[in-house]
Amino acid sequence: MKRNLTILLLIVFAGILLVLAAGFTYGTPLASDMDDYFIRFGQAQIAANNIVTTIVFDYRGFDTLGESTVLFTAVIGVSLMFRRFFGGEDDADE
Amino acid sequence: MQMSKIVRLSADIMYPFVVIFGLYVIMHGHITPGGGFQGGAVVATGAALVIVAHAFHDVKAMIPKILLYLQESGGLLLFIGAGLAGMLLGFPFFFNWLANSGSLFGMPVPIGPNPGELNTAGFLPLMNIAVGIEVWGGLTLVILYMLSGVGKEGY
Amino acid sequence: MFANLPYLAVATLTVIGLSTVLLKRNLVKVTMGLNILTSAVNLLIIVLGYREGGIAPIYTLAPQTYMVLPTPQALCLTSIVIGVATTALLLSFTMVIYRKYGTVNVDEIRELRE
Repeated sequence: MKRNLTILLLIVFAGILLVLAAGFTYGTPLASDMDDYFIRFGQAQIAANNIVTTIVFDYRGFDTLGESTVLFTAVIGVSLMFRRFFGGEDDADE
Repeated sequence: MQMSKIVRLSADIMYPFVVIFGLYVIMHGHITPGGGFQGGAVVATGAALVIVAHAFHDVKAMIPKILLYLQESGGLLLFIGAGLAGMLLGFPFFFNWLANSGSLFGMPVPIGPNPGELNTAGFLPLMNIAVGIEVWGGLTLVILYMLSGVGKEGY
Repeated sequence: MFANLPYLAVATLTVIGLSTVLLKRNLVKVTMGLNILTSAVNLLIIVLGYREGGIAPIYTLAPQTYMVLPTPQALCLTSIVIGVATTALLLSFTMVIYRKYGTVNVDEIRELRE
């Protein structure tokens, strides 16, 4: 019963999404002032050829700091799960 | 349960080329598409190739784990240090204190399309190297930890 | 129909990912459905920043100066790394659950109920 209701709601949701997606046209973004500034002045201020790298590491470098911390936390989380089997950890107290 | 002799030999031959290609993608992040995260993933794929080709039981004792821990933590500390070093000179946090300056990576770039030059772009190559080292150590550690938990009692 | 094919692909991937998360009973398949949903959102972010007739935003040996928007590509890089972290943690949780319960079927792991 619950499974059939879920399938019906998913079909309705799929219909709504497909009708919405067929109505968009792409190729002309609405507002591009910030990106025009980055493309025009990126080479003069930061002296790099790759504009995407200047955005990732210089204009929005704080987001990259947060992302590196998320990756570090994920590796710590995985290492906490399998601490018993890795061997060589002499101070693993259960 | 190791692979056959041809697979092991091919993995041993291809491993240096994969590492060199990954380091090339990391180092040229400010000229061509690529950068720290992409190059770090390529180098970790090279390490995964060697681990998959040989039996994990033989590989496990040969890898220095302290080197991987140092790589992962040292990469993040190098990233923060490159941002903090500008504060000693009076600039704000994460300010590009090496761009257009004439010292280590400080050559200015001609405006418009040009063939790229490696000596440019401020502290962007330093940050690329730091993030590449961190992703390399982190992804190799994830592969090793997950493989050691497989089986009835683990390896 | 080919005028907005990327938007149709985003809608299809979203529906496939959402139905896999909601209707499957195996924990590994639920994790893969979440990964498909992440890929659909990444595709939507990149498609929103396309300009007709533009090239990649890199000045090295570029044939023209009319470029696509570079900011959505930078946001997508961050999103991909976060997707990797989510999938790695979910798969390691699944391995520990299998070791304790002996099964990965969601209907048989209900220990909180009784």
